[in-house]
Amino acid sequence: MTVATAGYNFAYLDEQTKRMIRRAILKAVAVPGYQVPFAGREMPLPYGWGTGGIQVTASIIGSEDRLKVIDQGADDTTNAVSIRRFFAKTAGVATTTRTSEATIIQTRHRIPETPLAAGQIMVFQVPIPEPLRWLEPRETETRRMHAQADYGSMYVKLYEDIARMGRIAAAYDYPVMVAGRYLMRPSPIPRFDNPKLDRSPALLLFGAGREKRIYALPPHTPVKSLDFEDHPFAIERWTERCQRCGSGESFLDEIVVDDRGTRRFVCSDTDHCDARLANGSAP
Amino acid sequence: MYVAVKGGEAAIDAGHALLAERRRGDAAVPELSLAQIREQLSLAVDRVMAEGALYDPDLAALAVKQARGDLIEAIFLLRAYRTTLPRLAESEPIDTGRMRVERRISATFKDLPGGQILGPTFDYTHRLLDFALAAERPEPPAARAQAPAAPAEPMPRVAAILGGEGLIEQENAAAAAAPGDLTRAPLAYPASRDLRLQALARGDEGFLLAMGYSTQRGYGHSHPFAAEIRQGRVTVEIVPPELGFAVEIGEIAITECQMVNQFKGSDAAPPQFTSGYGLSFGGAERKAMAMALVDRALRAAELAEEPQAPAQDQEFVLSHADSVEASGFVQHLKLPHYVDFQSELDLLRRLRREWSARREAAE
Repeated sequence: MTVATAGYNFAYLDEQTKRMIRRAILKAVAVPGYQVPFAGREMPLPYGWGTGGIQVTASIIGSEDRLKVIDQGADDTTNAVSIRRFFAKTAGVATTTRTSEATIIQTRHRIPETPLAAGQIMVFQVPIPEPLRWLEPRETETRRMHAQADYGSMYVKLYEDIARMGRIAAAYDYPVMVAGRYLMRPSPIPRFDNPKLDRSPALLLFGAGREKRIYALPPHTPVKSLDFEDHPFAIERWTERCQRCGSGESFLDEIVVDDRGTRRFVCSDTDHCDARLANGSAP
Repeated sequence: MYVAVKGGEAAIDAGHALLAERRRGDAAVPELSLAQIREQLSLAVDRVMAEGALYDPDLAALAVKQARGDLIEAIFLLRAYRTTLPRLAESEPIDTGRMRVERRISATFKDLPGGQILGPTFDYTHRLLDFALAAERPEPPAARAQAPAAPAEPMPRVAAILGGEGLIEQENAAAAAAPGDLTRAPLAYPASRDLRLQALARGDEGFLLAMGYSTQRGYGHSHPFAAEIRQGRVTVEIVPPELGFAVEIGEIAITECQMVNQFKGSDAAPPQFTSGYGLSFGGAERKAMAMALVDRALRAAELAEEPQAPAQDQEFVLSHADSVEASGFVQHLKLPHYVDFQSELDLLRRLRREWSARREAAE
């Protein structure tokens, strides 16, 4: 094992801390969607920058792993670069931007367009793990609500959206029910990505550093976005296509190109877009 | 035509180089030494040690220098270092009754055993800018104060004096369970007093100051008196398992504040004073006093008082007191949120289309 940074353990965290986090991960895998409290450590990156995801990745990564880090779907956003460098430096692991080549993918706000495969692990950075938090600020109360599967208030909230606005007004962080038991917050991914959670062949781990919670979706776990029979769940759709690769299926970023409000649309997933271009797709 | 946020790698490197340049400032001005920061900005160093939860004046001075004087950033630097340190031993409880006192005041008794010692304090200075300090070579202050010695006469803590008459609640430390450690086990609510005190000791001074202040203005009033504030040095001892007796490993400077508060009594307890406790590394007196007020306010539930104010609500106070957590989460808003925002745009456009359609249909 090569330790790239003198004075620090492989992947920064000491082995006792890793063991503690792995125990929390195992519990989370055993109870899908349940938020397991863990003694999160201060990391050398600020809270809100992905300390939960970084601690999860640091606890599971080995020297043979190949790591991909994305933020907003892109490999070259500054925070993704910073986290990828952190592991390249402290663990000396190989990194990649190719979704299909990665063994571990740490992400903020997106799930790649390329379908995940069995054996891959996706690590989500989670700011607020509690799906009921905007309905009930108290942790003591929300833990009781989960214990009793007391989720009526969430359905009432969704119903009120429909009554007031004609549709469920949740654009991202759209609540999901895991294996028919636990209400879960999918981290702020757009609702576009929610269907990718359902029965994913990959292991999906969620780490919230500041709130000190880990939760998980083991492979093939049924995940249902909350909805009503007469108001089924629907994802975002664009009338435009990607200006680079011409994709009409991927999540698009909107880019304002001048001061007259002209907009262009490009894929949020840069690896997906580059791969399509390399394969000869064009608008 | 394609202008997205590219070049993250280059931007980070350039940003770091600029930061180093700004940190150094004008190269014609001599660079600050850590010793200068440690000796001449000692209250900044004390605050960083207290909220960084690591007693090491040299590392705290380094953190202040590296953070360009941003104390919350310096606290974060020290915390991120502390979290990697192994736990070698647990100290014995420090005995502040045996403190080598530099300052000791009581607001409840005019005179008391051990006396009142004003010590180094801003309290009675007039806040007039001292332009003599701006001179390149100010007169060195006349050396007069002798190093604090062990008190000539015993200096019992005021709480002990009140306790003799049964006027104040008895703190039964021996009966208490081994103290918890919120850095090793996640905080669960309701949190016991040991964990609350730990969280407050690490908590942001500004936040605790505002919370303590709010209790004085009617949001959970608890009628406090500063029974005692003492500042000085105490020895730290550990009991190595192979020896079986206590060994002195060093000394630390601390400030301790004991507030006494009215208590009307309950079914279980007679009318008596209750207390709030504050302790901080170094000379952080404002922090220790604010902490004592908040500690007392957070005891509302255990003293059968109706919790009504924010300062009495432990989930509210303890979840928001940590500057490293708060600073990180507030500032993470500057990270990109393009994707969530795009989803919001999509939703908002749909809602507006539907709103217009409904309006037209109604007309």
